[in-house]
Amino acid sequence: MALLEVKDLKVHFPIKGGILGRTVGYVKAVDGVSFTINPGETVGLVGESGSGKSTTGKAILGLERITGGTIHFDGENITKYIGKNRSNYRKSVQMIFQDVNSALNPRKRVYDIIAEPLRNFEKLTRGEERKRVDELLRIVGMTPEASYKYSFEFSGGQKQRIGVARAIALKPKLIVADEPVSALDLSVQAQVLNYMKDIQQELKLAYLFVSHDLGVVRHMCETLAIMHNARFVEYGSRDDIYNDPQHIYTRRLIAAIPDTDPDLRERNATNRALLTKEYEQEYTKFYGEGGKVYDLKPYSDTHYVAMP
Amino acid sequence: MSDVLLEVRDLRTSFRIQGEYHAAVDGVSLDVYKNEVFALVGESGCGKSAMALSITKLHNLNYTRMEGSVFFGGKDLLALNENQINKVRGRHIGMIFQDPLSALNPLMRIGAQIEEALFYHTDLDAVGRKARAIELLEGVGMVNPALTYRQLPHQLSGGMRQRAMIAIALSCKPDLVIADEPTTALDVTIQAQILDLLRDLQKETQASVILITHDLGVVAEMADRVAVMYAGQIVELATVDELFKNPQHPYTRSLLASIPNVNEEHNRLHVIQGIVPPLQRMPRTGCRFSHRTPWVPDNIHEEEPIYHEITPGHYVLCTCYKEFTFDGEDAS
Repeated sequence: MALLEVKDLKVHFPIKGGILGRTVGYVKAVDGVSFTINPGETVGLVGESGSGKSTTGKAILGLERITGGTIHFDGENITKYIGKNRSNYRKSVQMIFQDVNSALNPRKRVYDIIAEPLRNFEKLTRGEERKRVDELLRIVGMTPEASYKYSFEFSGGQKQRIGVARAIALKPKLIVADEPVSALDLSVQAQVLNYMKDIQQELKLAYLFVSHDLGVVRHMCETLAIMHNARFVEYGSRDDIYNDPQHIYTRRLIAAIPDTDPDLRERNATNRALLTKEYEQEYTKFYGEGGKVYDLKPYSDTHYVAMP
Repeated sequence: MSDVLLEVRDLRTSFRIQGEYHAAVDGVSLDVYKNEVFALVGESGCGKSAMALSITKLHNLNYTRMEGSVFFGGKDLLALNENQINKVRGRHIGMIFQDPLSALNPLMRIGAQIEEALFYHTDLDAVGRKARAIELLEGVGMVNPALTYRQLPHQLSGGMRQRAMIAIALSCKPDLVIADEPTTALDVTIQAQILDLLRDLQKETQASVILITHDLGVVAEMADRVAVMYAGQIVELATVDELFKNPQHPYTRSLLASIPNVNEEHNRLHVIQGIVPPLQRMPRTGCRFSHRTPWVPDNIHEEEPIYHEITPGHYVLCTCYKEFTFDGEDAS
């Protein structure tokens, strides 16, 4: 059974205008998005800035008010309770943030940062709490001494690992990772990604991995959703998306990744130019009125493409 | 290709931290030829941006010390006074920065910002300046140059702003353009557009470009020659083909191994142990990368590392490249 089932999710932000501050229209940040996440699976959500990928992640966490659609978790419809405190759902779904510097409270010791979710949800004695925090630090590859320090005493990669330790403190089933490595250097990025994979196996976690970096997503995710203009343009397995992309937007996105083989330089540039031309000529084939993305249509058993 | 445009000799840029000067760029020498794209790569804290700002002397001299020499057009830029270097900046050396929103003046229209450089460095009149500004905006791929000319930076998207920056950098037909992480703040599709644009413009104007980036993919797409920086030093210098096909220095090889590749799947990525040391604690003797590869024996490093030319034009610092392997890393 699916762990998380999102059906026709919509998040619209009102635009206030005029002297009375009435709602004059809506920004449709997420406009009808459906997907499922199975236990232990990693689903990638890819798109450019403004495509609505972060908003989708936040809506699942209850950080944005949902305008329409339903979210089922473990078979239970939790759409109404999503923002309510102390519910079981809040324990089971956690988040890893992009900006490690603003995600950790600079006035708290690492111990208190990691223990905070435990104190909110579980009644532990001091000794038990100590043991749990040390255990969590061990999982992310840090020594217990780290818990007496403050977050600014650590490097970027270590800070992100503290963020991971806090996210897994309550043994969640799903973690929403919003661009967890895009602020990190290449070597540190590799480290955090490796830890995320290890932890996933150890704790049987599912990830919703939000990112704009197709290289990282390919490394991490089995299933991918490509998002553009608040809707999915393509949804499928890793092989479907990378080896057989169908939507013009996906193809442009893949062609835009800088290749590490200097010999392919010319070929890639021509390829990109051709795709841009095709995008302009066949725009109406892939986008409806006002740039609206069509509904997803099955292309194969696992592969869905937005086509008219 | 063989004419030298910029000659950096033993450049040492030090920042004052708690009363003491620590070198962020530590004895770098390199040549940039005419009509080439020269890339500087490395992690944050390697000194690549400090190096770029040293070339145009843009550091705050209250807490920065620059030693060595930067020869450009027969003059040592570091020896020039503020007035003299202002005639070089913008006119002969153009700069493109990472974040166009903070590099552009938010209160000036795009057209006026391009004309500013033309006003100081050319003898065009007002009509000529405007014509040139619009021509430049068209050259960087603005759909409606006359409209953009009148717009303010906040009215443009990120990609458009970066195009406006490029227009300003190229306004006086510079001989050298320094692009410091020009696409890091942009989306992949926009990044591809800007890189394609930069390459076309480079071919058209025959200007040299120093491209500073941490993204090896961008290097492979753009550069002719590459210098890999670590801890204020160039550890490897080679042509782009040579560097990607035959990387030698342990640092270069570790960086390449840690890229999540789109074309192949590895289960685990390579991780470089430790971090780039902060300036105060930077090792100043021996092979500076050695403490991040603790599994290799000390005796393969040189005591005073020097550059070794492996093939013509391919230089590697220290002898450790000969025996370096990733084997034995897990045991350490």
